[in-house]
Amino acid sequence: MPLTPADTSAIVLTLKLASVTTVLLMLIATPLAWWLTHTHVRLRAAVTALVSLPLVLPPTVLGFYLLVLLGPQGAVGQWMQQLGLSTLPFTFGGLVVGSVIFSLPFAVQPIANAFAAIGMRPLEVAATLRASPWDRFASVAVPLARPGFITAAVLTFAHTVGEFGVVLMLGGNIPGQTRVLSVAIYDHVEALEYADAHLLAAGLVAFSFLVLLMLGRYSGHWQRTPT
Amino acid sequence: MSRIEGWFRTTLGDFSLDADFSLPSHGVTALFGQSGSGKTTLLRLIAGLSRAPGRLVVGGEVWQDDTVFVPTQRRALGYVFQEASLFPHLSVRANLEYGWQRVPPGERTIRRDEVIDWLELAPLIALQPHQLSGGQRQRVAIGRALLSCPRLLLMDEPMAALDAGARADILPYLERLHRELELPLLYVSHALDEVARLADTLLLIEAGRIVYQGPLAAGLTRLDLPLAHRDTAATIIDATVATHDEALQLTHVVRGAVALELPGLHGLPGAPLRVRVAARDVSLALAMPQQTSILNLLPARVAELADDAPGQVLVRLALDDTVLLARITRKSAQLLGLQPGTPVVAQVKSVAVA
Repeated sequence: MPLTPADTSAIVLTLKLASVTTVLLMLIATPLAWWLTHTHVRLRAAVTALVSLPLVLPPTVLGFYLLVLLGPQGAVGQWMQQLGLSTLPFTFGGLVVGSVIFSLPFAVQPIANAFAAIGMRPLEVAATLRASPWDRFASVAVPLARPGFITAAVLTFAHTVGEFGVVLMLGGNIPGQTRVLSVAIYDHVEALEYADAHLLAAGLVAFSFLVLLMLGRYSGHWQRTPT
Repeated sequence: MSRIEGWFRTTLGDFSLDADFSLPSHGVTALFGQSGSGKTTLLRLIAGLSRAPGRLVVGGEVWQDDTVFVPTQRRALGYVFQEASLFPHLSVRANLEYGWQRVPPGERTIRRDEVIDWLELAPLIALQPHQLSGGQRQRVAIGRALLSCPRLLLMDEPMAALDAGARADILPYLERLHRELELPLLYVSHALDEVARLADTLLLIEAGRIVYQGPLAAGLTRLDLPLAHRDTAATIIDATVATHDEALQLTHVVRGAVALELPGLHGLPGAPLRVRVAARDVSLALAMPQQTSILNLLPARVAELADDAPGQVLVRLALDDTVLLARITRKSAQLLGLQPGTPVVAQVKSVAVA
């Protein structure tokens, strides 16, 4: 059974959302993880908790507050309107913002764990070998934390592909704009189109399994080469 | 060349460091003390890896004072850590070149091939760090530090994590660096045999305070310092190989008027040889003994006596400018009537290469 054009569009949109979210989150999570690993300020515990919040909150709660905050009456929404920008809810941009926040812990934690596992010693060695702080970060910390970056990227991508609650609250169900895979499956089930639902759902199961399989094969890469 | 001097004062929990130091700008200085005495703390402060109020001047350049703090990466130093800490994501070659590449070509004071030669690194260069043994890794780490063209080399117990075999492999390389490099080396250790073998100058640290800084031989034999009272207390003598007795397999060494014989053939005639005499291997007589198995009988004078373990005294002996320690019983000291100035014959039962 072939995919309908609407389903194909949902798949393309989902992959686009997951890619954009992953790229943005790598850029945001890396400095945040570095700061969390190396700071000693009291604020650290609060920031760690805040970053982890999406792990425990129902996605609907997150989606609801984002909707309120970003909507025309919300603080961010009003500020954006003052700048002459349109508001984010029910747009692709809104989905990206929601996905970035929703997947933040999945990006930050593996990277922060990887930075913490490196410890101070390799960075101190690099300093005695005349590497500046930026140089140490780029030539020592990032390559040594590579497994953490890969885990973070894969988890972020997969988690975004699978998100539902935030999307529904914040993005609605606009074909080609905010109608992602999980929403499409939901629609098929509502319409009792079980065959279409199966096709997408089984595809998602297979995709998720493959992702976790790859991740499992990758993790432990450094443990096999003791130093 | 100017010296390496400065001071640091700091308190960390119940440990306080209060160290004033002035080290020669060449040769090996051993920073010696018990665990927890502050050796590593002091080394890290000198490297700028830790911070504490103080002052540090190296070769006329201020690295730290009230207004200046040069960050580690801008101090021309090499640091060898206790664990080799090679970068696991880089090959041996890339590890060696990490610091080298960050030194502007015009400021490179050392030749890459020379370092690879000295440390015999050529066979290792294409390997990955995890393929090396512990001793090989530490050799690469030493090479890596040297290639960053330091003006001061710091080593924090570089052999403490190695087994006896690997240590024996590394020591000759360190001795060679000592001979061939004009570089001051500050070497942290709590192993007296390493210090006796390598160091020229001793910096003795106890509970965060420097209790002695000066020539090694004098520091080892000062009766008011703890080293002389250790079980393994010994003197070192920087002597010169005089002749070999091939038939009896003996080496004769001399230092001034002092001549010693030791078993085995060591060095070439004219070569310097550092020998070691343990305090417990020296006994004393008032007259030259006849018909004894002891080869080395040295006329000396008692310089100082001090209480040692119960029932024992330590005697510092002067033979011109050479010093020997003898550990004898209190009873023997009384029977012989030893006092400062008493002429004696030191019977040295065993001399070893340091």
